[in-house]
Amino acid sequence: MRSRAASRCLTACLWALMMGLSAMSPACAEGLITSLSTHRVLIGSNYTGAQIAVFGSVEPEGRRVARADPFDIVVTVTGPKLHLLVREKERIGLFWLNKEQRRFWEAPSFLATLTTRPFSEMGTGDDSRRLQWGLKNKVIATGTGLTIDPGETRFADALIRLKGSGQLYQEVERGVTFLTPTMYRASIDLPATAPTGNYDVVVELLSGTVQLARQQTSFEVVQIGFEQQVAWFARTWSIAYGLMAAMMALVFGWLATVIFRRD
Amino acid sequence: MQTYLPIAEMPVSVLLLIAMSAAVGFISGLFGIGGGFLMTPLLIFLGVPPAVAVSTVTSQVAASSMTGVLGNWQRRQIDLKLGFFLVAGGLVGTLLGVLAFNAIRRAGQLEVVIALSYLTLFLIIGGLMLLESLRSLLMARAGRPTRLKRAGQHPAWLKLPFRVRFPRSKLYASAIPILGFAALVGFIGAVLGIGGGFIMVPALLYLFRVPTAMVVGTSLFQILVTMTAATLFHAITNQSVDIVLAILLIVGGVIGAQFGGRAGRNMKGESFRILLALLLLGVGIRFASDVVIRPDEPFSITIQGQR
Repeated sequence: MRSRAASRCLTACLWALMMGLSAMSPACAEGLITSLSTHRVLIGSNYTGAQIAVFGSVEPEGRRVARADPFDIVVTVTGPKLHLLVREKERIGLFWLNKEQRRFWEAPSFLATLTTRPFSEMGTGDDSRRLQWGLKNKVIATGTGLTIDPGETRFADALIRLKGSGQLYQEVERGVTFLTPTMYRASIDLPATAPTGNYDVVVELLSGTVQLARQQTSFEVVQIGFEQQVAWFARTWSIAYGLMAAMMALVFGWLATVIFRRD
Repeated sequence: MQTYLPIAEMPVSVLLLIAMSAAVGFISGLFGIGGGFLMTPLLIFLGVPPAVAVSTVTSQVAASSMTGVLGNWQRRQIDLKLGFFLVAGGLVGTLLGVLAFNAIRRAGQLEVVIALSYLTLFLIIGGLMLLESLRSLLMARAGRPTRLKRAGQHPAWLKLPFRVRFPRSKLYASAIPILGFAALVGFIGAVLGIGGGFIMVPALLYLFRVPTAMVVGTSLFQILVTMTAATLFHAITNQSVDIVLAILLIVGGVIGAQFGGRAGRNMKGESFRILLALLLLGVGIRFASDVVIRPDEPFSITIQGQR
């Protein structure tokens, strides 16, 4: 047990080191300019989801370095973090019951990765794991321990599958397009079930597997008007809110009797 | 037409919800049960978070039982005295049930307990009721009408001490089994997150031999009191009552309950019991298939908290 924990720790340290190195890489000859179409998504009574455009340009700074590989852009959107429990049903006797489970302490409630082309075309699988690209690698990283044992990914796979069916986890290959050799644009599809809160948007500029620049921005999803007041009232004045809900039930029940009275 | 639910944090179709709650309200008015055991799974299926579904449904059940109670009140078909006994016993049971609920949840076995108890409760109660009503139907066909109740005859366990007279229900029984049973229903209801009407109605019919006309009103009265208290309790402790969702469910529910109540009044005792038995059996089989048949998706996600 102890040696396994130690090796996990070592792996984590190595990862951290590599991540740090790649962030400090000197190839910052290119600048990245990023902007969002909005920084506040407002939820009103007719809200059915939103689309947010990410756009910007790649600015060559000073002496232009000749590069063999073309530019790639990876946009990663991460919603508020949740503590999730993924359970697997197994047959026990006659019944299918929950047996094994995995915790994901900081799983994003919303996660989208948009790229100019598939990861497989950009670099090898090892590269993408090291740089934590792609949905799967990002999700595995939020699970208990940094396990990279291939048999262990079924819980992460299930999480991606279940969340993906509600468009809460998306991987959009070729979701980023270059309008001109230096201008790019991408569109984030936010489903209506994405929760309120702060969303981080990270835009990475890559050439091959080399990260040239990284920009971070964010937007927030907030309720406005009636919806916001209801949510606030329910939290702050919970006793009054409860009394109101109970009274409403009784009054509606009485009203129906009055309206439908025949005799 | 879509509207956004502020507490559940999701949009829903207004017409779909009203239609669904009207259908459940009809069944609720017809049988004198709350209907929570039908509505809650439907809402969870639509994607409403389970906590919001359970607590908001309590307010709908309160509303539809309110119209039911008023309707039965006008026709003097409520045994208030028996109702108060049931409420008193039920409150004690609910309290114990909430404690048990937390203990089971800490042990991590809540889902299993809920699935298995639904399954056994529905299959046993539904099966027994179906057998009994089919038998009485056959006897009636054969020209030997059976009577549920013979004057002056009570089972031995109703003759325990502290006997109380319930003239409306033609019942003269010990308070001990009545309070004890109400406590048991409250306990089960709190653990399973339901009103318990579907246990109360058959018990009043078969164990206490209360006349069918009196059973519905009295059961609805007990549900009205406990569910109003539960709405308050949920709103205060976990702030998960969604008032917009509640309005949609209530509007559909009370309309449905009105028609359900009317349909129930024109129904014979035997067919009433057969239909209720079939409903319970159906739901029981539905729950059974959930845990017996190999699931398409063996994995499930539960949210443990926000970070």
